[in-house]
Parts: sequence; C-alpha cells; structure tokens
Amino acid sequence: MKSAFVTVGTTSFEELIAAVTAPETLQVLRSLGYGRLVLQVGRAAAAPAPFRTAAFTLDVFRFKESLAEDLENADLVISHAGAGTCLETLEKGKPLLVVVNEKLMNNHQLELARQLYRDGHLFYCTCSTLLESLKSIDMSTLKPFPPGQPEKFAAFLDRVIGFE
Amino acid sequence: MDALPAVLGAAALLLLLLLTARLLLARRNSSPRTAPLSLLVVAGSGGHTTEILRLLSSLSQSYSPRHYIFADSDKMSEDKIRTFEQKRAETFSNSQFTLNRIPRCREVCQSWSSSVLTTLYSILYSFPLTFRLKPDLILCNGPGTCVPICISALLLEILALKKVIIVYVESICRVETLSLSGKILYYFSDYFIVQWPALKEKYPKSIYLGRIV
Repeated sequence: MKSAFVTVGTTSFEELIAAVTAPETLQVLRSLGYGRLVLQVGRAAAAPAPFRTAAFTLDVFRFKESLAEDLENADLVISHAGAGTCLETLEKGKPLLVVVNEKLMNNHQLELARQLYRDGHLFYCTCSTLLESLKSIDMSTLKPFPPGQPEKFAAFLDRVIGFE
Repeated sequence: MDALPAVLGAAALLLLLLLTARLLLARRNSSPRTAPLSLLVVAGSGGHTTEILRLLSSLSQSYSPRHYIFADSDKMSEDKIRTFEQKRAETFSNSQFTLNRIPRCREVCQSWSSSVLTTLYSILYSFPLTFRLKPDLILCNGPGTCVPICISALLLEILALKKVIIVYVESICRVETLSLSGKILYYFSDYFIVQWPALKEKYPKSIYLGRIV
C-alpha cells in the first residue's frame, strides 16, 4: 500500500494540515491507492489525532532531527515551498507536490519552487486547490532531477587559483 | 535615537571607502598560488551550511586547513560541520579544520536600522578573527555573517597585510533575485558565482557554472 508524506517545515502551516486531513482529501488519497498518511505538523497549535484502521493509517509528529527516512518511505511528498525540503525530496527521486502558503506570497523561497515547476520537476498548488490537484495531476510526467555538480566548482577554483 | 543618522552615515562612508579601495586595487595578478591554501568558510543556518559543505566536498586536499565561522547560536551548523569533517578525515588522514563562533549579524525579525549597528559591531568583532586566521581564500554563500567577514578581509588587503581571494556562491534558492548579502558582495568579491541563468543575465560580472550544489 502506498504512503504519502506531508511536511510543513520548521514553522507551521495549519491550512495545509487541515486541507490534507479533510474527509474528502483522505477519500481521494484512498482512491489513489494510499493506505498511509504521515504528517509533520511543526508548530501547529492543534495537531490532528493519529488513527489506524484496517484500510488507512494516519501518523502525526511535530519535528524530527532528519526527515530523510520519512521522505525515503514516501511514494508521494506534499510539502511547503521550503527550498531545503524541495531539494531533498527531488534528490531522493520522490514525486513532489508543493503547496504554496498564500500568506507568504512574497517569500523568496517561492522563486525556487516556481523554477523547479517550470523545469518539470514538481507540481504546485494552494490549499484551496489541493484536492483538485491530487485528483488531476499525473505525477509520472515529472522529470528526474539531476544531481548538482560540485566538481565543476572545484575545477573552476583549481583553475583560477592556479592548481593543476 | 539621535546617534542613528551619524552611524548610518559612517556605515555608508565605510562602504564607499571600501568600494573605492576595491576599484583602485590592481586586478589580482594570476600568479599561481602554491598548495596548501587556507580556507575561511562562512557557514549559516537556513540551508547555507548544507550548501557550502556540498561545495567543499569536491575540493581536493590542497584546500587546508578549513577555518569555519558560524553564529554562536547556530548549533545545527556546528553539528553538520563536525559530521562532514569526521567523514573527510576518514579519506584524508592529515585533514585540518578549526571552528570559530561570532555573534549573529542580523536576527530574522530585526529592523534595518539596528541591523546596521549590529553589522558594524560584527565588523569590529570579525576583524581580529580574520586578522588572526589570515586565510588565503574566503568562501561564503549568503548568511548575514559573511558581509562583515568579507569587509574585514578587504581591510586586511587595504592595510597590505594579506591578499585574500573572496569567492561568493549565491544560494541555489536564488533564481531571479540576489540575497541582501549577495547584493553587497557582488561589488566586493573576486569571483561571484550564481546557479541560475536568469541571475547571470541580470548580473554580468557573475559566473554561471550550472547547478553546483
């Protein structure tokens, strides 16, 4: 059974938590074959209660030292627009749906999410379009994200400094 | 706060002075440096440390020792650096590094005027540190801390104490606009690297090598 992971980063994004745990959303997730939803809720005032039924499991936590394991175990990542999470998710080759916090519209972090969307590496939506996006988006059309090339930086530095 | 205009004036004057000095100083001669080359690395929270460690990961043994500078409140960066250096020591037996803490330059919600004051304070604090370490090269990617460090490195150069190469790598997060540190250090760095083509177009002096983190 597939698993979806939702992460809001170091602050809180209660609208996203509410949108993703709304009954209609859970139903759509189930119909898409997801049997497990894991929420990282950050500083949210009220966190939803975890539950486990035969067909569906909801796990909730606030913070963890590293999200690497949760990202690794996920078949779909739904995330805030934080650059660190976006890059880490794409590097692990996981399908990513970024949910833009409209209250932070001028945040420079959006620059990166928008560009990665233009380049076909992720999809993005807002809380109000999350349900529609989950129904209509075909994650298999996303392009793989090639790793960065620090060796090009090293070669450049060696050259300008005069190391051979 | 009556002293504020005077402080702002002094800060502007200092920047102007540095900029003039920068323009007047002869363009670096390209005489090759000899290894090893000591490196001053400015780390910082919010992904800066992760990015800069990735850049360091590909550098050869010739870049040693590595002197790390980070804000005294930034425990997370310290942990990441220690882990990185531990791993590196497994590959390179004579790997050397130091950890150096300085007061944080600009807290996230601080207003601009008092951030000028703390920046001046940070310059005063940074100069003895930069003077003591006398690095051959400074590598930074945008945390507020890197501005005073680079300015004190320029002071070293103006005082003819040491010629420091400043390499600035703008964060991968910056696609269309530079960070505040980037906007300032665009004028003071020897090599200003951006990671998206849109920035290269806007800032012609910058260098684009593709995505390097």
